[in-house]
Amino acid sequence: MTPLPIRPGVNMARHRRMQRLREEFIAWVLRACAFSAVAGLLLIMIFVFREALPIFTSAETQREATFGGFFTVPNWQPVSDHPKYGIIPILIGTFKIVAVAMVFSVPVAVLAALFASEFASPRLREILKPTIEMLAGIPSVVLGFFALMVMASWIQSVTGSPVRLNALNAGLALSLGVLPTVFTVCEDALRAVPKSYREASLALGASRWQTAWRVTLPAASAGVAAGVLLGLARATGETMIVLMASGNAALGTASVFDSARTLSATIAAELAEVVVGSPHYSVLFFLGALLFLITFVINVAAGLLVDRLRRRLAGA
Amino acid sequence: MVTDVPTIRTRLADAPATDPAATPPQASPPHLVARDFHLFYGSNEALKGVSLEIPARTVTAIIGPSGCGKSTLLRSFNRMNDLIPNVRVTGELRISELNVLARDTDVVDLRRRVGMVFQRPNPFPKSIFENVVFGLRLLGVKDRGELEVRAEDSLRRAALWDEVKDRLDHSAMALSGGQQQRLCIARSMAIEPEVLLMDEPASALDPTATARVEELILELKSRYTIVVVTHNMQQAARVSDRTAFMMQGELVEFGDTRQLFTSPHKKLTEDYITGRFG
Repeated sequence: MTPLPIRPGVNMARHRRMQRLREEFIAWVLRACAFSAVAGLLLIMIFVFREALPIFTSAETQREATFGGFFTVPNWQPVSDHPKYGIIPILIGTFKIVAVAMVFSVPVAVLAALFASEFASPRLREILKPTIEMLAGIPSVVLGFFALMVMASWIQSVTGSPVRLNALNAGLALSLGVLPTVFTVCEDALRAVPKSYREASLALGASRWQTAWRVTLPAASAGVAAGVLLGLARATGETMIVLMASGNAALGTASVFDSARTLSATIAAELAEVVVGSPHYSVLFFLGALLFLITFVINVAAGLLVDRLRRRLAGA
Repeated sequence: MVTDVPTIRTRLADAPATDPAATPPQASPPHLVARDFHLFYGSNEALKGVSLEIPARTVTAIIGPSGCGKSTLLRSFNRMNDLIPNVRVTGELRISELNVLARDTDVVDLRRRVGMVFQRPNPFPKSIFENVVFGLRLLGVKDRGELEVRAEDSLRRAALWDEVKDRLDHSAMALSGGQQQRLCIARSMAIEPEVLLMDEPASALDPTATARVEELILELKSRYTIVVVTHNMQQAARVSDRTAFMMQGELVEFGDTRQLFTSPHKKLTEDYITGRFG
């Protein structure tokens, strides 16, 4: 082999030094990008928690809103001569709407994923998957508008509910927003199940459905669980759809035919008009911190669950 | 559809009892038959008119170089090739009286009669017990006692019982490769098939585990008709009564294993077994 030609006049030692500097520079840029994302998250967290802090520290704020009062005051009436900050109705509303959304979206999403991965011809899957995923690309304000104008009337005529905008309407609209998330994660998990499991099952005389239900789905359970919990976190945090479709009355009743209000919608509806630093302002940030904690707990739980399922499947 | 397990067993009992030691294998009626069997992947002809007759309760080895179609032929007998798009077949395959390729043949029923063991051990990510009884559950067996009896029976026959009897509820994924493969054999035996198809069952195993699987094959032939695809000629010589040598989609020679390895009729066979190619 002939040696590589070296251009005359190039100082090799200097060349190498420059190259090393360039490498280090690039590594630093990449590191800065990665850490700026983490820093952003930390800053948001610190800001939200700091703004909620007066509830625990400021005597002036506590005259109007106390931590204990959140759970004992029955009503949410922040704008009045005697403001009331009971968050129980809002928690109930959030739970109701999210529950409706999950009840409708999870079975459909999981079974649709099972169909796409186990039964659809490759060609049909090529159409089906992007179409369902396109649902995720619809801005939530459009879904909310659709729920407000079309679905609400339709649901009212079917159920005979006295209120157009209620938890059922918001939950159903929200289920459309959550469905693609759950579907995509589940479908990926199902398709990642080794072909050898399916072959073993079919060779034992299982039908395609038996194979899908008894072998493929359990083998993908970690991914399916992750998809469901991701959907749950998304449903809990979703704002625009519920703001537009739920009626926004903090009633705190158990019926899905009553209007309801969620944590996220409360913040969105009230934060723009609140006096900065007022008790109401602090309470809204407390709700934000609460929402943050709830989704954080769901995400951590998802991580732990997926980990455990995966270990169990691997035989530890 | 739920098939009664006892009827499967009865059918097995009613099958003509042949003692392979007393009668030469050729004397019993053929259990597996291929007649002028062609298989195409798209326009590529993978099997070019294979004809052979395999007697009941014998071990038949199929050998040949990679890509010769030996696995394809094996997987045709339980129609696993149905899973591959664009596969076309002509000719005839029979298992006893059953026309394998007929349109109205119930594939699910066919696969219950023809068990299969794959190249890589593929236990389900379930407990050892649930792996063994998987096929029984498919047949609708719910009685815990019966499941336990049959699981033990299958595991004993697969020479795995003593190793796993204390941890039947543990995940099958925690077993060693050789144990997993014997578990897969137990799993296919639990539903009392007539035929066991084995697609290079020991190629992913270490020598000790391979020896155990080979011993097992010899023990099992008193109950099942076994067809083993292997790329390992020593293995074919050790375990099989008859050997089929295939090349480029054609059956070159099929006969008594000892005869085929010591005095093959065809020059091609001789070249292959003496290592001149392949």
